[in-house]
Amino acid sequence: MADDPIAGNGGRVVTTAGATRAPDRAFDPHAHPHAHPDERRLRTVEPGLDSGHARAHADVWLSDVSAGYGDRIALEDVNVAVEAGSLLAVVGPNGAGKSTLLKLMAGLIRPWTGRVEVLGHPAGQQARRVAYVPQAELVDWAFPVTVGDVVMMGRYPALGPFRRPSAVDRRAVAAALDQVSMASHVETQIGSLSGGQRRRVFLARALAAEPDVFLLDEPVTGVDATTQEDLMDLLEAEARRGKTVIATTHDLACAAQRFQRVLAINHRIVAHGPASLVLDPGVLSRTYGGHLLVLGGDAVVLDDAHHHDEPSGRERHFHEGGGHSDGQSSTASRRTP
Amino acid sequence: MIDLLMTPLEHAFFLRALAAAIIVGTVCAVVGTYVVLKGLAFIGDAISHAAFPGVVVAFLVHGPYLLGAGVAAVATALSIGVVSRRARIRTDTAIGVLFAGTFALGIFLFSTINGYVADLFSFLFGYLLSTSVDDLISLTILAGLVLGAVAVLWKELLYATFDPLGASASGLRVDWLESIFLALVALTIVISLQAVGIILVVAMLVTPAATAQLLVVRFGRMMALAIAVGIASSVVGLYLSYWVDAASGATIVLVETGAFLGALALGPRTGLLGRRRPAAVAEAQAQQA
Repeated sequence: MADDPIAGNGGRVVTTAGATRAPDRAFDPHAHPHAHPDERRLRTVEPGLDSGHARAHADVWLSDVSAGYGDRIALEDVNVAVEAGSLLAVVGPNGAGKSTLLKLMAGLIRPWTGRVEVLGHPAGQQARRVAYVPQAELVDWAFPVTVGDVVMMGRYPALGPFRRPSAVDRRAVAAALDQVSMASHVETQIGSLSGGQRRRVFLARALAAEPDVFLLDEPVTGVDATTQEDLMDLLEAEARRGKTVIATTHDLACAAQRFQRVLAINHRIVAHGPASLVLDPGVLSRTYGGHLLVLGGDAVVLDDAHHHDEPSGRERHFHEGGGHSDGQSSTASRRTP
Repeated sequence: MIDLLMTPLEHAFFLRALAAAIIVGTVCAVVGTYVVLKGLAFIGDAISHAAFPGVVVAFLVHGPYLLGAGVAAVATALSIGVVSRRARIRTDTAIGVLFAGTFALGIFLFSTINGYVADLFSFLFGYLLSTSVDDLISLTILAGLVLGAVAVLWKELLYATFDPLGASASGLRVDWLESIFLALVALTIVISLQAVGIILVVAMLVTPAATAQLLVVRFGRMMALAIAVGIASSVVGLYLSYWVDAASGATIVLVETGAFLGALALGPRTGLLGRRRPAAVAEAQAQQA
């Protein structure tokens, strides 16, 4: 972590107020065997500082992780601990390994080296307490399911094969749809929804599963400003309830304004810390390399010619039929052409 | 007209064939709905051809053909995944290799048998009217097995088909579901062999579901409509083949193909006649705009 600007400037432990945990989460900060001066205010956990401590506090913990596809390495030397109740944005250029990092946490791919723990167990073992939402491009929107069907899928893993959805499940689905303001679309086929409505429905599916950890791949990409605000309000509320929310995003403005913490990656971790410290021109130019222009003191403009998304996130930009494919999404494609 | 419909029913062999056609039409439509949504038509074709050497071996050792076909089909279905993972080649390449290789093995074994073997030949093209009582019992048991498995796992299969990443991350064993599903496809093909034969079985699997997909946009309705199309085509096709004295399997597939083309021409979304759309779709599109 020698090049970590947060660790380098002495700000390794950053405290913020209001880091209280919701009572419904079984968590005892004293469960690990060493003392800490002020657990309740602890917000940042730097793995290099005290790995045992970081691991005990973390909902998501990665140690010396490298990963990739085939013989192509996507991530290396990743050490990160994400504390419960965090609202974390993962930023970085296209192909930096953001989706790979999320898939590691979701247990969808295994690390080549190192360990990935989620909720105190190897990734994938606590799957029913984790909700993962893939990129919109990876979903077949012509699939014959309605909004209500998709959200009900969030309840399937807990139901198991032999039980049918009950009134409790239907209430949970209705409540989740209400939260994302999509209750009136319950009977609508998903293909006739707008891009923003599609992201709302998938967040509702995650909410209906009542998870402790949300892993969201590009949840606010290609949505209008209103939807972005609504979705971020919801995620913020979940984090306040003690849930851990980790989302990849290309939208640095959104990361700066709406997330507490930011993880900047480009195959390795460039910086991890509070949004205000990570999103400075120095860190960003090292994260984005030549694709970033620094204008004046702190204004930054992304010049990511390879990317398909507008970095502002304020424009609608859909990919009908899954035509788009980059290095990461093609390996995750579910269909054989 | 009534006579035309009732006369064949006086023959026990026709009644048995009708029962088999209805069973096959139902099971194919149920499993075919997932096959169409997963985009696995090619795998269905491969598995059906792979059943051929199993049938020939069963014939050579005088064993039950359903067992031979079942073992060969399930083994091929499960090895497609293993071969593509181990060899790190694309799935369609692995299917192509296994598809041709197993079918060649069947023809090789077949060609070593002296003389013309009508029973075996009928497996290539199907012969519903030769359905025996024993066949019917086996079909019913296997169909019950497949439909039972889908009844238990329908929602898990649906989630894993729609969003394999989300389903896997939330704790569903998507890899197991995939293997179970391929085994169900293999069993469905075995059930259908006598009705339509190895060459045409993929049509039974895919066409009713594809027809339904043109007409409705909900999963449950799609499966229900596929079953209706599958059963109706099987019954109509069987009668037609009886009246004009044609091959029953081919006639059933032709009726299904006709239903598909009819849906394509008249369907609400693809229809060539007018641009009428279901109210729900139109409403949603109005809101989107």
